Amino acid sequence: MMQFGYYPGCALHGSSNDYEKSVRACLDALDVYLMELEDWICCGATAAHSLNHKLSVALPARNLAIAERDGLSEVLAPCPMCSMELIKANGRLQKDAALRKEISEIVELNVEGKTETINLIQLFQKVGVDALRAAVKKPLENISAACYYGCLLTRPPKVLQFDDCERPHSMETILEALGASSVTWNYATECCGAGMTMANEATVLDLSNKILANAIAHGANCIVVACPMCHINLDMKQADIEREFGVKHDLMVYYLSDLVGLALGLDEKQLGIDKHFVVTQPKKIATAER
Amino acid sequence: MMMKEIHSGGPAAVESEIPEAFSGTDIENCYQCGKCTAGCPVAEMMDVMPNQILLWVQSGHLDKALRCDAIWYCVSCQLCTTRCPKLVDCAGVIDVLRQLAAEQGITAPHQQRIVAFQRAFLENIRRNGRLNEVELIAEFKTRAFLKDFNVPLLMKDSLLAPKLMQRSKFHVIGEKVKDRGVVKRIFERCMKGE
Repeated sequence: MMQFGYYPGCALHGSSNDYEKSVRACLDALDVYLMELEDWICCGATAAHSLNHKLSVALPARNLAIAERDGLSEVLAPCPMCSMELIKANGRLQKDAALRKEISEIVELNVEGKTETINLIQLFQKVGVDALRAAVKKPLENISAACYYGCLLTRPPKVLQFDDCERPHSMETILEALGASSVTWNYATECCGAGMTMANEATVLDLSNKILANAIAHGANCIVVACPMCHINLDMKQADIEREFGVKHDLMVYYLSDLVGLALGLDEKQLGIDKHFVVTQPKKIATAER
Repeated sequence: MMMKEIHSGGPAAVESEIPEAFSGTDIENCYQCGKCTAGCPVAEMMDVMPNQILLWVQSGHLDKALRCDAIWYCVSCQLCTTRCPKLVDCAGVIDVLRQLAAEQGITAPHQQRIVAFQRAFLENIRRNGRLNEVELIAEFKTRAFLKDFNVPLLMKDSLLAPKLMQRSKFHVIGEKVKDRGVVKRIFERCMKGE
């Protein structure tokens, strides 16, 4: 059994609770145990780093301090906005003794910057691609996915040091182990507009429309994401996108954990896939049992 | 010696105009190649291009940079920072500009909705420790409505609520952290003087 600290973040406890359901069901099946950070607080997201620099360090730092206090050296944050904020704050604290002292006082807990925060792809890498391949019960032979990384899984590379920021391949490697194929396309690392869904919807619809159209043009029958904001913009807003641009995409958007779970033999309901907005082709996905 | 003489004439004078807040972004290294703008997913919607904003900050025209719409259109995707051949943290520069603009209460008319959203977001965290989406939407729409009395924005997404409820994604009573006191104190300490 593997154990990790767990920082769900606000999205996974809010409207992206299907993502949390999927992650938990999938990791249960893989015998990975998650220990949720006690009384974690919001990382501050774009609002904090846009409006107040100190808050953008202190809010994640409070969570890092909780992890350190409770001896959780590795923490899974399935939302890339959260993981980026936690990693960025951790790096700043590590480098700067004066900042450590100041922030420790602000957050009322000692924080050293000793926590390794990982995203969902990294967690699957730790489980091991070979172990995943061995655990597959239903190879996903009918899946031809566009793996969509968006911004914050790989950027900025100096801070995150994960995968190749211009040509990432970590999700494709996992899909291959599940028996699925993936397409080569142009929008894997373009931004969907992220957290601007409410504040600047026009931008989000425009960017997300281009992503969906490009995936389809390159022969994908679904998109795979590892980010709650990407999922909201591409799945929940897909009907608005279709209306705005007079198009029909009808493209399923899966969380990476959905596909891992399906391959492990879990069903759509266990993974929360029935809670997605676009549900067009789940029946076709899983093929004969191995 | 020669080097020193040349330096004391031109570029040094320009560098000194870059405010302290930008230290750490390496903005002085920008040589206007335009790669930040070329990759920016929202450049076409901006009133000023990202490389122009950098030039303004470099050359002592901070006031112009603080007043443009573009700094609020930025979606913080980090592409500019990632691709800069001179390792300038362009997205970091925009963050500093937004912070300075917010501190000084500078917001051009088109940006108000986005600023209202970010403020409502932080206010929500200050109160609850975690984000309550329903509260955030209500608060954002109220703030935005009081600014421009835009009825379509007020009513938009109202059809979404039942669809979210159907999927158990609509939480009227959101989560709150147990120790809300510490969250309030963190905010107070960080926002001193604002």
